[in-house]
Amino acid sequence: MTRLGAALVLVWVAAGALAPFLSPNPPAAQFEYPYVPPMRPRIIDADGRWRAPFVYPVRVASLIERRYEMDRAHPVPLVWFSNGRLVATEDPSTPLLLLGSDAINRDVFARLLYGARASLGVAIVAGLCALIIGAAAGAAAGYAGGWLDDLIMRVADLLILLPAIYIVLALRAVMPLTLGFHQVFWLMAVILAVVGWPHVARPVRAIVATESHREYVEAARSVGAGPARIVMRHLVPASRHALVTQATLLLPAFVLSEATLSFVGLGFPDPTASWGTMLLEAGRNVRALSDYPWILSPAVAIILCVLGLHLIVGAGRSAPPLTNTSRIIK
Amino acid sequence: MRWRWIRPVARRLLFAILLVLFVSSTAVLLARLAPGGIDEDLSTPPDVRARIRAEFELDRPLPVFYVHWLGRLARFDLGTSFVYGRPVRELVLNRAANTALLAATALAIATLVGVPLGVLTASRRRGLIPALVRGASVVALSTPPLLTALVMVLIASRTGWLPVGGMGTAWHLVIPSIALAFPVGATLERLQSGATSETLRQPFILAALARGLPRPLLLWRHSFRASLAPVLGVYGAVVGTLFSGSFAVEVVTNWPGLGRLMLDALFARDVHLVAGCAVAGSCFLAVATHASDVALGWVDPRLGASP
Repeated sequence: MTRLGAALVLVWVAAGALAPFLSPNPPAAQFEYPYVPPMRPRIIDADGRWRAPFVYPVRVASLIERRYEMDRAHPVPLVWFSNGRLVATEDPSTPLLLLGSDAINRDVFARLLYGARASLGVAIVAGLCALIIGAAAGAAAGYAGGWLDDLIMRVADLLILLPAIYIVLALRAVMPLTLGFHQVFWLMAVILAVVGWPHVARPVRAIVATESHREYVEAARSVGAGPARIVMRHLVPASRHALVTQATLLLPAFVLSEATLSFVGLGFPDPTASWGTMLLEAGRNVRALSDYPWILSPAVAIILCVLGLHLIVGAGRSAPPLTNTSRIIK
Repeated sequence: MRWRWIRPVARRLLFAILLVLFVSSTAVLLARLAPGGIDEDLSTPPDVRARIRAEFELDRPLPVFYVHWLGRLARFDLGTSFVYGRPVRELVLNRAANTALLAATALAIATLVGVPLGVLTASRRRGLIPALVRGASVVALSTPPLLTALVMVLIASRTGWLPVGGMGTAWHLVIPSIALAFPVGATLERLQSGATSETLRQPFILAALARGLPRPLLLWRHSFRASLAPVLGVYGAVVGTLFSGSFAVEVVTNWPGLGRLMLDALFARDVHLVAGCAVAGSCFLAVATHASDVALGWVDPRLGASP
C-alpha cells in the first residue's frame, strides 16, 4: 500500500515538474471554443484502417447549445517531441485537448499539469518551512525545558486547537486582496507553515525531551559538545522518523488548504493554473458543472494525491491529533 | 469534599473566557490593520467616508477602539455590521445556529454510520464486507468536504434529486451534512475498529466468553462500553475538523452559516462583524471541546478524577 501511495504522489510531482514538456498546450492559451469535450487519441480511422495516432478535430454542431461533433473527414495526426513538447497535434489551429476545454477556451489537461506545479509547489515549500520551524521550536522546548518549554508548547497546543482553515483564511484575508503570483505563493507558504509547525514541534519535543537524558547525549556533553551541536547532530537526527511522518501528514492538509483558499477567491491570481483556481472556475456555475463534468478533473487530482499521501503514512494513523484541553489549562 | 467539582469547572470556565478573548482580540487587531476598507475607498465621497468612520468608531485609535469594543463585549453588545446594517449579535446568533445544525447533523450521521461499522470491521478480521469497509474508510479519509460537496452538487444538478444550494427544507441539509460527515465517519470507524479489537483482547472478554455469553451481546454491550473512551476522546478534535470542513461546505452549497458570514465580513473589512464571528466561533469551540471532555469523564471515571 505504501508503494501504491508513493507511486500516486510521484506521478503528480512528476506531472508538475515536467508540466512544460508533458502538456500539449500552454496553460493560459485560449483556443476557439469553450467546453469542448475531451478528445480521444485514436489509431483506427473511420474506414477501419490502422494508422499512426491521430485525433478528430471538433466541429460546432450548435453554438448556442455548445454542442460539438467530431470531424471524421479530417483526422489530424499527432507529432511527438516537437517544440519541446511530448506530444501535440500537427496543426496548431486544432489543439490536442485531452481533457477538453474550460469556460474560457483553455486546455484543461495543460492547466491540470501546471496546477500540480502551483498546488504541490506551495504545499512542499510550506511543508519544508513547517518542518524547519517545528523542529527548531520542538528541539528548543524539549532541550531547554522550564518556562521556554511551557511557552512554546502552550502556543502550539492553542494553534492545534483552533480550526486551521479559519487561521489561514483570516491571515490571508487581512493582507491586500490582489497580489501577484510570487507574492501569493510565498504568503500562502508562510501562512500554511504558521498553522503547520505545531504538528511537527509536538513529536519533536517529546523525542528530544526523552533522548536528551540518554547516555550518548551525556557522553557527547562530557567530551565538550555544546548544546547547539548536541541538538543539531544528535537530537534532531534522532527524531527524523517523526519529522518524515509529520511532513507526510501535513502535505495533504496543505494541498487542501490551497484548494480551499483559491476556491473562495483568496488564492492564486487569475491566469495562474492551480487546482484550487480550477475548482473555483468549475464551482462558479452549477449548470456548467453538470453539463461539462471534465472541468471537475482537479477534484480527482486532489483526491488521488491526498489518498496517495495517506497511503504512504498508513491510513490508520491519519486520524486527527488528540487534543486535550486540560494540557493547555494546566 | 462536596465542592470538589468547583475547581476544575472554574478552571475550564477561565480557559474558555481566555480563549474567546484571545481569538476575538486577534480578530479585532487583524481586521483593523487590514488595508482596503470601505472607509478608505477613494471612490466614496470624503464626507461619506468620514461619516462611516465616525459611525463605526473607525476614527478612533486602535487601543481606544479595542477598549470600547471590550466594554461592549462585556454587555454582550457586538456593535453593528456596516455591510448588513443590522446588529452583529443578531446576525451571528442566526448564522451560528445554522452552522450548529449542519455540524450536529453531520456528527450524528458520522457516528451512526462510523461507529457500528468500526465494531463490524474489528469483530471480523476476514471477509469481503470488512475489507470493503476498510478500503472505503481510507478513501473517505482522503475526500475533503470541499470536493465531496462539489461532486454531490454535480450529481444533484444532473439528476435533480436534491436541491443544490441554499437552506429551507430538510432536503437542503442532505448534501452539506453528508459531505461533511464523510471524513469524520471514516475517522470514527478507524478509531472504533482499533479500540474494539484492543478491548476484545482483554481478559474480561475471554472470561465472559467462557461463561457462555452470546457473542453479539458481548460485542455490542460489554466490549462496546469499554471501547468508548478512545472514540469519545477524539470528539473534541473532531469538532475542530467539522468546523473547518463546514466552512468549505457552506461556501459550495450556499449554506448561510458562520463560515460564509466570516468570509463576507473579511472581504468587506467589516471589523465589527469579523470580531463578532470570532467571538461566536470561539464560544462554539470552547463549549464543544469541554462537552467532549465531560463526556469522556462520564464514560471513563478514571479520567474524570484529574481534569
